[in-house]
Amino acid sequence: MSAKKLGLKQRYALMTRGLDWETSYQPMDKVFPYDTFEGIKIKDWSAWEDPFRLTMDNYWKFQAEKERKLYAVLDSFAQNNGQTGLSDARYVNAIKLFLTGVSPLEYQAHRGFAHAGRHLRGVGPRIAAQMQSLDELRHAQTQIHTISHYNKFFDGFHEFRHMHDRVWYLSVPKSFFDDARSAGPFEYMVAIGFAFEYVLTNLLFVPFMSGAAYNGDLATVTFGFSAQSDESRHMTLGIEVIKFLLEQHPDNLPIVQKWVDKWFWRGHRVLGLVAMMMDYMLPKRVMSWKEAWEIYFTQAGGALFQDLERYGLRVPKYADIATEEAEHISHQNWAIFYQYTHAAGFHTWMPKPDEMDWLSEKYPNTFDKYYRPRFEMWAEMEKKGERFYNNGLPQLCTTCQIPMGYTEPGDPTTICFRTSEYKGDTYHFCSDGCKDIFDDEPEKFSQSWLPVHQIFQGNCGGATVPDVLDWYKLNVGADNMDYAGSPDEKIWKAWEAAKKSQGPARTEDARTEDAGAKTAAE
Amino acid sequence: MTQYASITLQNTDDARPIIEAILADNTDVQVLNMPGAVKLDRDHRIVVNRASVEERIGRSWDPQELHLVLISMAGNVDEDDDYFALEWKK
Repeated sequence: MSAKKLGLKQRYALMTRGLDWETSYQPMDKVFPYDTFEGIKIKDWSAWEDPFRLTMDNYWKFQAEKERKLYAVLDSFAQNNGQTGLSDARYVNAIKLFLTGVSPLEYQAHRGFAHAGRHLRGVGPRIAAQMQSLDELRHAQTQIHTISHYNKFFDGFHEFRHMHDRVWYLSVPKSFFDDARSAGPFEYMVAIGFAFEYVLTNLLFVPFMSGAAYNGDLATVTFGFSAQSDESRHMTLGIEVIKFLLEQHPDNLPIVQKWVDKWFWRGHRVLGLVAMMMDYMLPKRVMSWKEAWEIYFTQAGGALFQDLERYGLRVPKYADIATEEAEHISHQNWAIFYQYTHAAGFHTWMPKPDEMDWLSEKYPNTFDKYYRPRFEMWAEMEKKGERFYNNGLPQLCTTCQIPMGYTEPGDPTTICFRTSEYKGDTYHFCSDGCKDIFDDEPEKFSQSWLPVHQIFQGNCGGATVPDVLDWYKLNVGADNMDYAGSPDEKIWKAWEAAKKSQGPARTEDARTEDAGAKTAAE
Repeated sequence: MTQYASITLQNTDDARPIIEAILADNTDVQVLNMPGAVKLDRDHRIVVNRASVEERIGRSWDPQELHLVLISMAGNVDEDDDYFALEWKK
């Protein structure tokens, strides 16, 4: 080690600011063509603060260490048949939704931050965005790698990338990121860096990943927390973007406020999937969605927006509605998936009686009154051999692309329904939040790729449900329908029986033997 | 409303001495234990001191090593060679 070591701040300045230059062969405006059209005014890029003073050399060092730890866990999880130690195989369905719905977003984020990192003129945010771009690529890779282990034993994982671009409910997260990535660099930074990473991502990666740990999924909790260790840096970038934009020029405030409102609402809608994963898909639960919302939005978001008041920024529009919805959204989403289980790439079920009791306890204002009676009726119908399927195609909200199954604020017995006219056509929305977003950018959202519209237009493989499922590459009878009676359930029961008899697993299912043979060959 | 500065760390051997150092150096910390994770909240400011962690692990420690065990946080970051702090300015 050299005798004189530079301090952190000095080292950081030399390794980032010190490496920037003004272009001379081409004017800066031509090199950075996208950082003015959104109306954001920047007077002084050098005023950007870098709270995490991470330099590239340390970045590689820490990321390599994180990868070594993660891959040691993945190896031992696979080697020791970690999948047999899960709380229950129903849990795996949450991971199917994660791989098909979330992991491709990590890749989208990688591309989005690469673009923002290229097109922001200041060196501070440019370096932070480039690091985040590399992080997001790492997240996509580690998630796919981790979850590939489950693909050896369970259905629904095999065509995750293909499905992400086609399956009706996956258009919800996909269109969220398409919207962000087709915006300008500043809106992208506010959308993903601030609204998603800072305000909402904790709800996905902290309680849900803790839930993975609680349900015996060592591999997922490890990639989850490994990813989340980068997330703290991302959150800091997000909050710095907001502060920087608001400090640079008073004209930026209304633009930033509009983006914060839009992306809070868009994120809230996407995270409804996570709400359902936490309340219905984890056999052992850490906390309810409502409790997570209280900790991570009401409390943490409250502290954040109190801090941002000094710049004139207010709490996102419709935050009160979103908080009210925290009592309903997981139940309403699970009801949608239960009805359309034949068209979903994961299994569904009605909660068992003790699980219903847990929901009653966690949702004293809503579960017994609005949701338990419906779920008990469906469970009863199932027993009689009259399992309820919804055979129509749902109307979708043009903005969030979720079936129009949400209820009016203040009235959980009436479906919420809004419309707008644009160039002679009528567009439908699930909420005032989604309608406002459309009304502000009708030219963009009127071009949405809406799965149900596309099916009716004949663009999705054919006119019948089996044609469409084939086009999704969904393996009918294995990937879809109820957990009860599925191949997943069969293999799980064989493992459980083997545990009890303390002998080797014996099953007719070829996948157990294949996996054994593959392990032996390696 | 109370503005909690907050840090969430993994519940691992690497993180436990850091958690101990935080609990020793900050008064009135609220602890939320979750499977695999520990969330520490304190009104307005919470700090991790390098010296305090080094005392517990018996080797030199760079506050940036926090990146290896950090899950989440809330507050504005104030980072230097000797400490890592999160705070909401009053």
